[in-house]
Parts: sequence; structure tokens; C-alpha cells
Amino acid sequence: MRTDFKLRYQGSILGYTWSLLRPLLLFLILYVVFVKFLRIGEGVPHFPVYLLLGIVIWNFFHEMTVQSLTSIVGRGDLIRKIRIPRWIIILSSSISALINLLLNLIVVIFFMVINKVELLDTIVWLPLILLEVYIFAVGLSLFLSAAYVKYRDVNYIWEVILQAGFYITPILYPLTLITNLTLQKLIMLNPMAQAIQDARYVSVTHETVVGYQVFDGGWYMLIPFFIVTASFIGGLFYFKSQAKYFAENI
Amino acid sequence: MDDVAIKIDKLQKVFRLPHEKRSSVKSLFINFYRDRRSFERQEALKDISLEINKGEFFGIIGRNGSGKSTLLKLLAEIYTPTEGTIEVNGSLTPFIELGVGFNPELTGRENVYLNGALLGFNRKDMRKIYSDIVEFAELEKFMDQKLKNYSSGMQVRLAFSIAIRADSDILLIDEVLAVGDALFQQKCYDYFEQLKKAGKTIVFISHDMGAVESFCDRAALLDQGKLITQGHPQEVIHRYGEMLAKYDEDPNRRQKKDGLKHIGAGGALITKGSIINSKGETTNRISEGEPFAVRIYYEVENKLEDPVIGIGIMGKQDQSIIGPNTKESGYELPILEKRGYVEAHFKSNPLSTGTYRLRASIMNTSVTVPYDFVERLLTFTVIGKKRYGDIYVEPKWSQSTNKGK
Repeated sequence: MRTDFKLRYQGSILGYTWSLLRPLLLFLILYVVFVKFLRIGEGVPHFPVYLLLGIVIWNFFHEMTVQSLTSIVGRGDLIRKIRIPRWIIILSSSISALINLLLNLIVVIFFMVINKVELLDTIVWLPLILLEVYIFAVGLSLFLSAAYVKYRDVNYIWEVILQAGFYITPILYPLTLITNLTLQKLIMLNPMAQAIQDARYVSVTHETVVGYQVFDGGWYMLIPFFIVTASFIGGLFYFKSQAKYFAENI
Repeated sequence: MDDVAIKIDKLQKVFRLPHEKRSSVKSLFINFYRDRRSFERQEALKDISLEINKGEFFGIIGRNGSGKSTLLKLLAEIYTPTEGTIEVNGSLTPFIELGVGFNPELTGRENVYLNGALLGFNRKDMRKIYSDIVEFAELEKFMDQKLKNYSSGMQVRLAFSIAIRADSDILLIDEVLAVGDALFQQKCYDYFEQLKKAGKTIVFISHDMGAVESFCDRAALLDQGKLITQGHPQEVIHRYGEMLAKYDEDPNRRQKKDGLKHIGAGGALITKGSIINSKGETTNRISEGEPFAVRIYYEVENKLEDPVIGIGIMGKQDQSIIGPNTKESGYELPILEKRGYVEAHFKSNPLSTGTYRLRASIMNTSVTVPYDFVERLLTFTVIGKKRYGDIYVEPKWSQSTNKGK
């Protein structure tokens, strides 16, 4: 099932390095525009790394959902002709996204060293946070890929949602930029915002504003986790109920 | 119960075919309040009950669209039954198509592993049988080339070599294996023999009655989603032949055909065509070499002086194989009135095994204007040996040795 990954860079000269270069170049652009021109994030220590980590995590989420979305339909020939568990297809596209994430994290570590980011012992929590993002993405992927079999414009809708999500998630800007507390709370309900902020908190700087502070320790700081769980279970059930009919609906 | 490999009980499959497929969310909302029953229930399979025993070579025959492939896909769990149950005892591998998942961008080696994985082999198994596969396919030199650089013949060979390694108890084989050149078909048939000896259970779908007759222990006939009969292959094939003949005589169908296919100036009408075998019976199946006649029924409005009647026998690719007419043969038709028929007698049937189509026309004296022309009058089958070529004419062979140039 490494096919996806292998194929994607088949024939391109730089091969695998593209999966590293792509987020790096994006990072470079955003860094120049937002940090150098607009001077956002001046108060945040190690802002470049802070920015990069956000981009990498978001990219992972983006890549995985977008790839999975079309994966069932894209593998229609297999589904109609042989017996394979349908979820394997989702798993395979999620694995290729995971590999990309790992490669990208290496780049992040590299920048952390350059930027002389102090090693925080809280970094041990990072895998758990990434797992949360993974589960969230898998849940959505299951749902989206199954829905796409039936309704072919799901991908356009999802594209727009992702686009919007990118801006309502504090990726380019530190959360402190938003002074309205209610707005801050609303933003932090988004599991992606919560995960990215937590990831920054545990690995880059403790000055990151996390859900705990925004919600003042209220119970609704658990809402993002609830959303993640709900979307995973919901996605799983929807996928299961639809999987039987993939072969005839594609 | 131990000797039953597959037990199908009251199986039913219904496809919902929307008239206007709601494939976008927008139309989902638009159509929500509109007539929601705007889909057709297509009953692909109706109330099928069938038992296939272990070690049995079971053939399924039927016309196109009779539900054969749907049944196979249900057995393979690619589709889900609408009603009824399927019990499968033992491991099962479906061959709906050869080389599923072959990727042109990967090398032969990678494709072997990929395809093997899809057939349920793990990496360890694959390493063991890899060299056998390559050897069987005779592709040792090409394994590190990308599949897109293979000829289609090489691809089929590779796919087939992997497929025959599948070591399941039950194999579902769609016609796919019976494609390719004669040499390859022979290989397939040898493989079937091997499977039979190994005591595998095989469900086999084919239009090749010869193969069904020679390999299958039992067969079933499907028509329009219903199980018509099952039993000894010869009987089932015979029943199938009867059914085809009846189908062509079906008055509804003929009317439809009449309404649709006529092209011509009018004044005369071809109402029916039939094939008469050597015993004088109307049939749709004739043998190679057998004398036969084509009968064209006509209906004339007033009188037709000096008409020419022509027939054409068309092959699989719609190519015209023979197309004689009365004028060409120097046969002078009398003045045609009312109704009657014209017969073209063939001393010996030169057509080889296959399905052929008959067309016919009534034309004016100069063979320029058709009064009536029917492109698809009927189809018929010729049974005989497998030949290279659509027609078979026995040559006289000789040999001489060329001494001292």
C-alpha cells in the first residue's frame, strides 16, 4: 500500500524531497509575508518554529482528508473487482500522510535546533496530541470518502471548509492577536486549534495560549475532544453503513 | 452439510437506478421535495436458491444481463444481497478480472507483489512463489521495467501467472480467463484441468458452451435474474438453446424490431427471417459444415416487378462476411405479390464457431434503392470446432522439398 506515496513522486526529479520542500516553501512564503512584512507574532518567542509547527500539523490534516476523500472513488476499479476491506484504502492514504508528517517533523526539529529552542520536557505529550489530530482526520476521512461516493461535490465543499478552517485556526497568527475573549473561546472549540496550540505549548514555548487558559479551566475545554471522538465514531458508523454499497454506487 | 461449498438461499438483489442520479448535494436539496420515487428498481436477481458442492466445477450460463456477473459479485462479497443469504465454506478468491490493481507506473516486480497482496498473499508467501510466477510468465528479463512498457500480452501473462497461484478452496472465474490468443486459452484450459484434479470448487461463468460442457460437472441457467434450470451441463445448454430460439420468436420483441429497424422506400416489407437446418427445422443454432437455408419472409403492398432480394451475414465485429443477392446469383425472382418467402440454400456452412447476425433487403432491379432493409433481422450461432478465422474453407495441402536451388 505504499503505492500512493511512491506514485505521487514518480517521475519528478526531486522525488521524495518534494514532500519536505512543499511545506517548507509554503512556510517561507508565509514567514516572509506575515512575520517580516506584517510583523505578526513579534511577542512570541521562536515564532518561526511556532509558525512552522502549526503549518506542518495543519498540512497533515489537510493532506490526509483531501487524499482520503477521493480515495474510495479513485480505487473504484479495485472495489468493483476484488474483495478488500474498504477501510484499508483509507488506512493506506492515512499512512502515506503519516509518513509525510514524520518527514516534516524532522524539518521542524532541524529548525528548532537552529532557532535554539530549549528542549521542553513536556514534549513527551506531542505524540498524544498528534494522535488526536490523526483520529480526528481519520474520522472525517471515513465520513467524507463515503459521502463522496454518493455526492460528488463533497470535495468542493470540503475544499472551502478547509480554506476557511485554515484562517479560523490560529496557524498564521498567535491566538493573542485576537483580543475579543468570546471569539478566542469560539476559535478554541475547534479541535485543530486546540491541538495546534497544545502542540506548540508542549514543544516550542509555554507562552502559547492553550484551551485551559482561554476557558479558565471550565468543562467546555473538553469540547474539542468531544468533537474528535464524535467525528471518529460518527465517521466510522457512516462508513460502515455505506461500505456495503460502494461497489454499486461508484 | 460438510460437502457444500456454497449455499445460496432465496437470494435477491435489487439495484436502485435513479432516473436522474443525485450525485451532487445541490440536487439532493432540489430533489428533496420533488418526486422522491424517481428511481427504478432493477431486480438483478430474483429468488435464487442454489447449492454448489465441494470439488464441483459449476458453470453459470445465460444471456448478457441475465444476472450472472451480479451473482458472482455477490458470492465474492463485492455486492451485498438485498435479501436472502449466501453461505460460503472455505476460502474464496474471485477473478472478476485479471491483473486488478496493476499499476502502469510500477515495475513488473512491484506489480507482482501488489497484485499478490490483493489476492491475499503475504510478503513471505510472495517471496517464495515469486520466481515461479516470473518463470511461468516467461518474463524474467522484464521484471524491473515499468509495466507501462509491457505489451498487453505480457501484462495478461503476468496477471494470469499470479492468479493461478491463488490457493483458495473456492475460485470464482468470470469469463476473463478465456480471453487472449489460442495458446493462452490452451494454458487456461490446462489450468482448469489442474484445478479440477486438485479438487477445487470452481464457479465458472462463460458464453463458451464448449468450455462449459467439457469442464463443468453441473451448470445453471439464468435469465432475467431468475434461475431457469440447473443440472447436467448438456441439458442446461440445450435448454439455453431453446430459450434463445424462443426469445427470437417472441412476438413482442419482433414487433419492436419491426417498428424500429426498417429502412427503405416502402412498398415491400421484410417481416421475418429464419434459419432452416438440414433437417428442415427452424433454428438459431447450426453446425459448421451443415447444409442450411436462410428464409426471408416478405409482404408486398401491390406488385413488385423485377425485385432483388439480398441477405448479409455479419460477423462479431459487424463486418460483412457474405452478402449474396438474387441478381448476383443470376436467380430471377417472379413478380412478388402479397406475402411469401424466399430461401437461400447453402450446400455447406462455411462459418466457424461463433455468433452471427443476419440482415436482409428487398431492392429494385438495379440494386440501388431498397424497398426495405432490415439491419438486424436475427442472430444465430454456429457450433463447431474452434477455428482461426470466421469462415472455414478446407484447403488441400501439399508439400514439396526444394532440392538444389
